[in-house]
Amino acid sequence: MERVMYSEIKSTPLVWGLLVLLGVFVAAAGAVVLYIEHHGHIVTGMNNQIVWGLPHVFAIFLIVAASGALNIASIGSVFGKLAYKPLSRLSALLAIALLVGGLAVLVLDLGRPDRLIVAMTTFNFTSIFTWNILLYTGFIAIVGIYLYTQMARRIPAHIVKAAGMAAFIWRLILTTGTGSIFGWLVARQAYDAAIMAPLFIVMSFATGMAIFLLVIMGASRLSGRVFGAELRTRLARLLAIFIAALLYFTAIQHLTNLYAAEHSAVEAFILRDGGIYTTLFWGLQVLAGGLVPMAILFHPTLGSRAGMVVLSAILVVIGGFAQLYVIVIGGQAFPLDIFPGYEVSSSFADGVINAYSPSMLELTLGFGGVALALAITVLGLKILRILPNSLSDVTVAENG
Amino acid sequence: MKIPGCGQTQKGADMHRRNFLKTGAALATISLAPGVTLMAMGQGVGAAANPNARWGLLIDAGKCPVDCSACVTACSQEHGWENTGLDTDPQWIRKVTVKDPDTGYTNSLPVMCQHCEDPPCVDVCPTGASFKRADGIVLVDRHTCIGCRYCMMACPYKARSFVHEPVTGQKTTSPRGVGTVEGCNLCVHKIDRGDATTACVEACTATGNNAMIFGDLNDPDSDISKALAAYPSIELRGDLGLNLGVRYQNI
Repeated sequence: MERVMYSEIKSTPLVWGLLVLLGVFVAAAGAVVLYIEHHGHIVTGMNNQIVWGLPHVFAIFLIVAASGALNIASIGSVFGKLAYKPLSRLSALLAIALLVGGLAVLVLDLGRPDRLIVAMTTFNFTSIFTWNILLYTGFIAIVGIYLYTQMARRIPAHIVKAAGMAAFIWRLILTTGTGSIFGWLVARQAYDAAIMAPLFIVMSFATGMAIFLLVIMGASRLSGRVFGAELRTRLARLLAIFIAALLYFTAIQHLTNLYAAEHSAVEAFILRDGGIYTTLFWGLQVLAGGLVPMAILFHPTLGSRAGMVVLSAILVVIGGFAQLYVIVIGGQAFPLDIFPGYEVSSSFADGVINAYSPSMLELTLGFGGVALALAITVLGLKILRILPNSLSDVTVAENG
Repeated sequence: MKIPGCGQTQKGADMHRRNFLKTGAALATISLAPGVTLMAMGQGVGAAANPNARWGLLIDAGKCPVDCSACVTACSQEHGWENTGLDTDPQWIRKVTVKDPDTGYTNSLPVMCQHCEDPPCVDVCPTGASFKRADGIVLVDRHTCIGCRYCMMACPYKARSFVHEPVTGQKTTSPRGVGTVEGCNLCVHKIDRGDATTACVEACTATGNNAMIFGDLNDPDSDISKALAAYPSIELRGDLGLNLGVRYQNI
């Protein structure tokens, strides 16, 4: 049996060029942070009604995807599917990278990012944000240890499995925490639903797997290594199942709300009258980001073509992003029902749909987080033995 | 640890160390950023809260004319915030016009922080900057607020505003700061100096409308408690079970 060999990717102009490009995005985001810090959030598109804007969508997307990117490692270590084991290292690295990227955006969009030390030292344990500070830092530590157990020599298999199990349980709790940020908000009509936590977990399965597929295919191309068609198709089928599960949870989320008359107004807003949010929901989240890639990936011939897998994964990423945009921004755009049954008006946008136009600053900050995550991944591949020398179907089959 | 024969010296050393720490703390308070000094003051205010009181407001919408906003103007002047019409401007208190779509009956009332007994903003605040005093007043410690806006997401009344730009000309009694969250503090400075009223209630009384009563909900002999006992009143979003310090009549 051939042993799977791992090695660093070589220093090619393409690798350096990619790192420089990502560095430009990160630097631009840094400049944006200084600019917002100096002028206040008035220079962004956010206001007193839409208090969490595009940066939060990016941050939550990356944090949710981080947890999902760990899927592959979990399937290999925890559920014993040996074919996935050669991918475990990249899975863990990508999970850490995405989380760091998302966390950076989240933290740098604070009103007072200079007070991060306060958040790290003064805890209020009834706050899910406080739990998340511990869950996020714990995730980085546990997945880091898990990565180490995989890479270090002479670590017994049961230790690797135990570390993998800890990381798997931790990631489920972490995404429960992320979803519950919204699920436990009783004030707003679009949130306040227990399904948010499992919905976010399923969303992490789909988006994390899509990003993993894109990264493994990109890294294989970048380093000139083989990524077997059979393994790719296997991952793609798994992605299709995750998309189906995400569509199911989304359907239940809205059907449950539709059944209760008190939620009919917010559902009518998201599903029918919400303009951009309705378009994003049906067009990007359900159709382009859900039904289309699911159909492609389940298709016996289309689903095994590399180009189609890449296209589907990109669509899932876009769909997941749209879904979070609808939840985060759309949920705030719908007015609070402070006086149920009455028509209300005020100088503070009571009773009206809240407007939000994201600024280029917010977009730049968000892309900075994505670039940071990718830069960490590329650097990790460059300095650590993360990527197998070959992921050809023969190599994988011999080990699986 | 007690050292035989050295009790006095040990005690003296302790005192010396204690005095040194005290002096050091005082020096640090003076020499560090002005914010730190304010924080020390904030703790003093917290210590003054009367745990036996529950301060609250009773608002009679039937006496509140649609075209009157004296309470809003008074609050703005008292605390130094300004609403110029931008959606990024803070509004600690606002007039809301309420209309029954079936009957067309319309009236108006001010909405501000409802000073919940179980405030969602306090639950969600990661640093504890959102807090409730012993006398029921819900406040933001502007020195530990990191500007995450989670409290604004959690508040069912949109009672909080985020400071979107640098502020100038602050009132010494109402410290404000860019990048932090703020809202009605029930004129805590007036309560602590014994005014027994708030700027909005004073202004409302001055107009002759007398639509607002301030007082101690725990004191059965207070005007507010008597009025609440005599006439029906409601809490906004009473279904949430937050037990509000602000009550309404005749909506």
